[in-house]
Amino acid sequence: MISIKGLSKTFTTMHNQITAVDDLTLDINEGDIFGVIGYSGAGKSTFVRLLNRLEEPTEGEIVIDQQEITALSSNQLRMTRQEIGMIFQHFNLLWSRTVKANIAFPLEIAGIPKREREERVEELIELVGLTGREKAYPSQLSGGQKQRVGIARALANRPKVLLCDEATSALDPETTNAILDLLVDINEKLGLTIILITHEMHVIRKICKQVAVMENGKIVEQGDVLDVFLRPEQQVTKKFVEQVMGSDEQDDDLEQLFSSSQTGRLLRLHFVGETANQPLISKLAKLFSVDINILQGKITQMQDDAYGTLFVQMDGEPDEMDRAVQYLADETSVEVEVIQHVE
Amino acid sequence: MWNDWFPNIELQELWVATYETFYMTILALAGTFVFGIVLGLLLYLTMKGGIWQNKALNLIVASVVNVFRAIPFIILILLLFPFTDFLIGTIRGPNAALPALIIGSAPFYGRLVEIALKEVDKGVVEAAKAMGAKTRTIIFRVLLPESMPALISGITVTAINLIGYTAMAGVIGAGGLGNYAYFFGFQRHEFDVVFICTVLIVLIVFLFQFIGDYVSTKIDKR
Ligand SMILES: Nc1ncnc2c1ncn2[C@@H]1O[C@H](COP(=O)(O)OP(=O)(O)OP(=O)(O)O)[C@@H](O)[C@H]1O
Ligand SMILES: [Mg+2]
Repeated sequence: MISIKGLSKTFTTMHNQITAVDDLTLDINEGDIFGVIGYSGAGKSTFVRLLNRLEEPTEGEIVIDQQEITALSSNQLRMTRQEIGMIFQHFNLLWSRTVKANIAFPLEIAGIPKREREERVEELIELVGLTGREKAYPSQLSGGQKQRVGIARALANRPKVLLCDEATSALDPETTNAILDLLVDINEKLGLTIILITHEMHVIRKICKQVAVMENGKIVEQGDVLDVFLRPEQQVTKKFVEQVMGSDEQDDDLEQLFSSSQTGRLLRLHFVGETANQPLISKLAKLFSVDINILQGKITQMQDDAYGTLFVQMDGEPDEMDRAVQYLADETSVEVEVIQHVE
Repeated sequence: MWNDWFPNIELQELWVATYETFYMTILALAGTFVFGIVLGLLLYLTMKGGIWQNKALNLIVASVVNVFRAIPFIILILLLFPFTDFLIGTIRGPNAALPALIIGSAPFYGRLVEIALKEVDKGVVEAAKAMGAKTRTIIFRVLLPESMPALISGITVTAINLIGYTAMAGVIGAGGLGNYAYFFGFQRHEFDVVFICTVLIVLIVFLFQFIGDYVSTKIDKR
């Protein structure tokens, strides 16, 4: 769907040259929600702005839906831009226009007759859940509502691609979730390909299928979100994963706590996809005569799967404990690690 | 009572003078609005990073604006006599004042327009570009509407300058309250005339200020 080859952008300022995007090659499949994560200054915004040529590439080739964006004349580019939606961190709505008129704006640009425009605007207002607010001005809306207007506006001309640059970074966590849900909804309903730029890993975790990690204008790691979560290779990626998973540094405390006061075994259960939703712990207690005490843990939901670590203390007859551990290892997808053995 | 205090006021002539002041102000204001917006847009669009980025054109427009703003208005009128004569066919009366009034205030307003346009959120212009808008659409549907409150308060300030200019133009024969105050009041030593003309001009200034403030607040939905 989107194919990027050797894309570079160098800014020449008075004093020096900054290569914001550096020889970037990437393919994005149709219907994907593709996340790009990186710290401030990594070049994420520049990258996404290159895709619709708000920024002219210094080098490289961009093909979106069989159309070579980098080869278009400025007139053709204008027509093609009408098919690429974009939403912004600061919404960028026209304050002088009502919700309705803001959403109608891209339709005016595309030369849609008034009647059709009004019908389409109504559809869009319903789609993004703004019914009843049509006549409000942006200044009368909350951040979340403004972004809904932004999304409706971006979808007005039925684009095949939606570019989101930090679309939720100005919103509180709850509103962020609501907007992300809306994006997933749109992705499923309309089969739209979404490219989502963010510096927040939980955003990626919540809705992306594929992720690319950017650093210094380059993609340093890329793949399935789950894979990247489970096996982060680069230092940056590990840091981002820690953002949502917490770091492993707390483990020491845990072992100390355990050894000083408890008996039995300390287990680390590693959840990788599925099973987290099953009543695993109670099942274990029913099948084997062991006591299980949850000490600490964090499980996160990633789309339909769960990922996380749980520290439990297990007590009972040694044989029974061995069988319980064996069961976990053989019958479930949970990875078990016996950290400590106190008999 | 009225005749004791204001023995020399001819209501008929006062009415004509007031009418002429309004006439000159409003027509000159309309011209200033159009030319000022053109100048302001040119300055804004040709600046560094602008849609029509063009150093040479920007420099030319900026120089013209600065030069005309530097010329004192009373001298500008004299300077423009041949041009006015050619354009209007006379150098007397309210119509003859219009070219000087417009040329005198459009550069000033142009600068205010430029400032107003620079205040428009860059992100909104970018959003319009990302939607595939033509430059014309960006100008008429984004830049001008989004800066309208500032354009209106700018034209209000300009209008008040203009009223002052019409009075100056009046002294050299353009008609209006300035003309009336000078020829009938000052030269004939009929100071009640000067006084009444002053009061009327102040009232007209207040009126324009009031209308400008009202409209500017009314359309500001920020
Ligand atoms: N117009 C420009 N002129 C010069 N340098 C620029 C320009 N735009 C971006 N840069 C530089 O390019 C680099 C990447 O910037 P970019 O905005 O793409 O980062 P980002 O990853 O989006 O960061 P953030 O998370 O803060 O938005 C930065 O070093 C920035 O200073
Ligand atoms: Mg950015």
